[in-house]
Amino acid sequence: MAVQPYGVIATFNTAPELYHAAEQVRDAGYRHWDCITPFPVHGLDKAMGLKRSIVPRISLAGGITGFITGMTMIWWTGAVDYPLIVGGKPLFSPMFAFPVSYELTILFTAFATIIGMFLVNGLPRHYHPVLKYDHIVRGMDDTFFIVIEARDPRFNLANTKAMLEKIGGAAVTELEP
Amino acid sequence: MAHASDHAADAPAILSEVKPAVLPRATLVENNRSFNWITEKICGIIEGKTPTWWWVCFILACFVASFTVAGITYLVITGVGVWGHANPVNWAWDIVNFVFWIGIGHAGTLISAILCLLRQKWRTSINRAAEAMTIFAVVCAAIFPVFHVGRVWYAWYLFPIPNSNVIWQNFRSPLEWDVFAVSTYGTVSVLFWYIGLIPDLAVLRDRFFNAGNKIRSFLYGLFAMGWRGSNRHWSNYEMAYLILAGISTPLVLSVHTIVSFDFAVSLIPGWHTTIFPPYFVAGAIFSGFGMVLTLMLPLRAVYGLQDLITQYHIDCMCKITLATGTIVGYAYGIEFFIAWYGANPYEGFAFINRAFGHYAWAYWIMIGCNVITPQFFWFKAVRNNTALVWILSIFVNVGMWFERFVIIVTSLARDFLPSSWGYYSPSIVEIFTFFGTFGVFSVLFLLFIRFLPIMPMAELKAVTPQADVHGGHGAEGKH
Repeated sequence: MAVQPYGVIATFNTAPELYHAAEQVRDAGYRHWDCITPFPVHGLDKAMGLKRSIVPRISLAGGITGFITGMTMIWWTGAVDYPLIVGGKPLFSPMFAFPVSYELTILFTAFATIIGMFLVNGLPRHYHPVLKYDHIVRGMDDTFFIVIEARDPRFNLANTKAMLEKIGGAAVTELEP
Repeated sequence: MAHASDHAADAPAILSEVKPAVLPRATLVENNRSFNWITEKICGIIEGKTPTWWWVCFILACFVASFTVAGITYLVITGVGVWGHANPVNWAWDIVNFVFWIGIGHAGTLISAILCLLRQKWRTSINRAAEAMTIFAVVCAAIFPVFHVGRVWYAWYLFPIPNSNVIWQNFRSPLEWDVFAVSTYGTVSVLFWYIGLIPDLAVLRDRFFNAGNKIRSFLYGLFAMGWRGSNRHWSNYEMAYLILAGISTPLVLSVHTIVSFDFAVSLIPGWHTTIFPPYFVAGAIFSGFGMVLTLMLPLRAVYGLQDLITQYHIDCMCKITLATGTIVGYAYGIEFFIAWYGANPYEGFAFINRAFGHYAWAYWIMIGCNVITPQFFWFKAVRNNTALVWILSIFVNVGMWFERFVIIVTSLARDFLPSSWGYYSPSIVEIFTFFGTFGVFSVLFLLFIRFLPIMPMAELKAVTPQADVHGGHGAEGKH
C-alpha cells in the first residue's frame, strides 16, 4: 500500500479565483486545509471561515506584565532594597515611575506579540510538505494554492481531487509527507 | 479599486439623491505591473551582480566611518576632555548629535506605524527602507551618549543590573527614562522591521534554492523561520503586525517626548517649557521625512523604481514635511511669545540671546532651513522637480541639526551668573566623530540595500488592483 500523502495541492492563478474556491472548500465542510498566498489576501480569512486571531490576548498579557515589572522594579530598587533620598523627593511615586513602566509595557507587548505569533503559527518550522512542492516558489511570487490535508475527516483522495478540480484548481497534485 | 462601489449597497438612502463625487484613488503601483514584476524587480536588486557604484559608495562610506572609529578610539584612550564641552556648556555636540539622529529615526516609525494605522497605503513602498533608516539612525544616536559617559566599559551601569556598589539607578531622572525609551525604541524598531521582512525572506529563500545557491538559501531561510505563505499564518501575522503598529505609535511619540524631558524637566531658561514634547515630536518627524527624501530619491533613480515610488509618494512626503515644518515654525513663534508673556527676565533674555546673541548665526540658519525651506512644498512645480526636492531635503536635515544646537548650546552658554558665561566651539575630535556617523549610517544602509529587499514585496502586491478579490464584481456591489 502506497504511503498516505500529506494532502493535495491545487493551483489558482488569481486572487478572486482563490477567494471563491476557498469559500467552496469551507462550505464543503473541510477543516484541515489551507491557502498559500504570496501576500495577505483581504477578506480571505472570512472566506476560509477563520476565527479572529488570539495573538492580541498574548499581547495584552505581555503589556500588563511589562507595566507591573516596571512599577515593581522601581518601587523595590528605590524604596525597599536601597532607599536613598534624592532631591528631597519621595522614595517611590507612580508619577516618576510612569515613563519607564510605560516603555516596558511597550517592550513586553512587542516581545509577547512576536513570540505569540510564532507560537500560534507553529513557527519556526523549517521542514514542511508544502515547502517541498516543486512550484512553491510561485506561491511566494504570484500564484495561489489550496492545500487539503489527508488528516481531514472528509478527505478522500479521489473525491477531494475531483472537488478541487471542479472549483477551478489547476495542476491538482498529491503532496508527499 | 472597488471600495467606492462596494459600500454602495449598504449606504444611506440620501447618498443616491445627492450623488457624492467618487474621488479617484491614486495609483500606488504604476503601469499596471504584475505580481511577478514586483518580485523580479525587488529580488533582482539582490540577486544581480554588485554594481560598481555600490562598491564606490561602500568604500567611501567605510572611509568616512573610520573618522568615527578614530574619534571614539582617541576618546576612550584619552578621556572625555577631548571633546570641546566644558563649563558652562557641559552638553554640546554629543547631545545635539544624539537628538539629531534619534529624530531622524522617527519618520521611519511614523511611516511604518502611524500611517499603517491610518490606512495610508502609499506607505508600503517606502516603509521598509524608512524602518531600516530608523534602526541605523538609532545606532548612530546611541554612539554619543554611550561614549559621553566617559568610561564606556561602565555604560551598563545605566541599566538596573545588580553591581558591586549595591546602589540602584535614580529613576526620578529623565536621563534614566531616556535609557529605557531609547533602548525600547531600538529594540521594537528591529522587531517590527524583522516581522515585516519574514515573508520577503521566504521569497528569497526559495528563489536562491531554485537558483542553486544553497548557502544564501540557507541563510535567508534561517531568518524566514519556515514561512510558507499559509493564510492561517497570514491571519495571525497581520494581527501581530497591526498590534506592533499600534504600540509603535505611542512609542514613537513617547520617545521624543522623553528626549525633550531631558531638557524640559531641568530649570535652565530656554529649556524649561511645556511646549517641548509636542514641538520635539513634530521636529523629529520633520527631520525624518527630510532624511527619507534624501535617501529614497537617489535610490529611486538608481534602481529605476519610478513605478513603485511614484510622484504621488513624493507629493505625500513633501506635504508631511510641509505640515510638520510649519508646526515647528509655529513652535518657534510660540516660544518667543511665551518668553515675553511669561514675564520672566531670564527666559526673555535666553530667547533674545538666541536670535541676536553670539550664536545668532546658528539661529538664523535654523530659521532659514526649517521655517522657510518647507514652504516651497506648497507649490506643485517644486514637488514635481525631484532634484529640487532632494536639495530642499538636505536643507531640512541641516536645519534640524542646527535646531538642536541652538536649543542646547545657547541656553547653556549664558548661565545665570554673567561671570560663568562662555562660548562653546567643538573640538576636532567631536567634528570627526560626528562626520563619521554619516559614514556609519551609509555603510549600514548600503549593506541593507544590497542584501535585503528594499521594499516589502508582499505589502506592495496587496495594494495592487489585481490583489482585490472583488475586482471583477465591484460594479455589481457584490461582497
